[in-house]
Amino acid sequence: MGEKTKSPNELLPHLFRLEYSKMTAVLCRHFGLKHIEIAEDIASETFLKASEVWSTDGLPENPTAWLYTVAKNKTKDYLKRLTIFETKIKETIKTNEFLRARYLEQSELDFSHSDTFVDFTQQTISDSQLAMIFAVCNPAISTETQICLALQILCGFSVEEIADAFLAKTETIKKRLLRARAKLRSDNFQIKVLQEATIRLRLDAVLRTLYLLFNEGYFSKSNNNLIRKDLCSEAIRLALILTEDQLTNTPKTNALLALMCFQSSRFDARINDTGKAILFEQQDKNLWDKELIEKGNYYLVNACSGNENSPGEFVTKYHLEAAIAYWHTTPTDKNKWEHILELYNHLILIEYSPMTALNRTFAFAKVYGNERAIKETEKLNLNENNYYHTLLGYLYADTDVGKAIAHYNNAISYTKSKTEKKTLMKEIERLNKKRNSS
Amino acid sequence: MKEFVLIFRLNNKSDVKPSPEQIQERMNWLGSIAAQNKLADKGKTLSIGNAKTVKPGNVVTDGPYTEIKEFISGFMIVKTDTIEEAVELAKGNPIFKIGGNVEVREVVIPK
Repeated sequence: MGEKTKSPNELLPHLFRLEYSKMTAVLCRHFGLKHIEIAEDIASETFLKASEVWSTDGLPENPTAWLYTVAKNKTKDYLKRLTIFETKIKETIKTNEFLRARYLEQSELDFSHSDTFVDFTQQTISDSQLAMIFAVCNPAISTETQICLALQILCGFSVEEIADAFLAKTETIKKRLLRARAKLRSDNFQIKVLQEATIRLRLDAVLRTLYLLFNEGYFSKSNNNLIRKDLCSEAIRLALILTEDQLTNTPKTNALLALMCFQSSRFDARINDTGKAILFEQQDKNLWDKELIEKGNYYLVNACSGNENSPGEFVTKYHLEAAIAYWHTTPTDKNKWEHILELYNHLILIEYSPMTALNRTFAFAKVYGNERAIKETEKLNLNENNYYHTLLGYLYADTDVGKAIAHYNNAISYTKSKTEKKTLMKEIERLNKKRNSS
Repeated sequence: MKEFVLIFRLNNKSDVKPSPEQIQERMNWLGSIAAQNKLADKGKTLSIGNAKTVKPGNVVTDGPYTEIKEFISGFMIVKTDTIEEAVELAKGNPIFKIGGNVEVREVVIPK
């Protein structure tokens, strides 16, 4: 869509989402993490000015370039004011206690970069964003909070949007972010030059946060489909930034990106017009995004070939999950489920999770039949897990309708999702009809 | 939760190369234990060909077979509440089909 056809009111939110986080990242790298608020203030003021000027004068020729020019000038002004403060006002306030305290606060700024030059070239933007990703994925901050922080700082989400995505109260998210930002400022993270050692140390944490960010969107509790899609595409965007730098372009990064592409390819097929989840087997395969599948293939090949920084031999959980997702995009292969089961067997050895255990058992059922799978499932001991009961309901449906219905009812009592309840209720209805007619 | 080591023993040297089906069966067994969150350590498989036994007085012999007919082919560690549960897990191992056996031993945790 051409940007010209849009009015400022339509374009601004779009540009804000796209450019605000980039602008902040570049400025923050310039000022240092301690002064992230200054960076955010300048970026906010820039957008404020855009909304004022554009609504009266109309859209500029190149809105993005316009934004960056204004941001650059605002930074210059800010640093100029600071220099005046430094040279002229300094002397006069020495005697005033209150002003002196204020001065000391300000003078923490790093002046080594006080040449008023900030550039917003593509390279600087990428580098700054990469550095920012590593700053946010701080091991001292809980992963859940890292995701909130990433959404706010790296993706330009508002607190309300984050709260919506997490089904949490705005206040809760606000508090969480405040604490995290305090930690971010006090951390001595060197954001100007991203050290190779830092990258090696934190890359796993970064990938994990992006993985969870993606999953938050893909499996989110939130019913807001637009936000969910945004979370997924933001996770992909950030992962793509990692593939652009030699040090972070590892097989593991590529595997994660491949996984995201494969999963996203089914995003539209998963949910029907009324927002109801559609089971895999009933999905319209024509709705699968072929282009994303192609991209997934590309990154999966990269993930398995390795590069000079990192050999491609070792298999991570992202490799396995990407490979499973790959098989899901190939509907015809007759040994598909054998492959998937094998991959799940490996995955569960790397990392236990109830969801992996249940998915593995589903694949087991596809290979060895429902009867054997029921025994496998019942060993899992996940009595309070709604998916456990959904799976058992599914496995019993053909042979023991009574048990199937009982399990579906259990599933309903353990799930919080309304859509899921609806789907399960429909299934029970279907089974009841079947029972009555036979 | 206690930990138990499962020690796998084989006594039939000729049958050491497992078929793809056997490998698959073993993987499913291992995956099943992991899916129950009862796997503590997937352990290791031990080489049969490249083996020596070191004895007092610098005596080194080839392989472990001179005195015992059975040899250890591998081990792994499970975590369960009781030894009976660990035994139940061991029962599913396809090793019995090729004449092997599994020893179940609790890991002693120093007090």
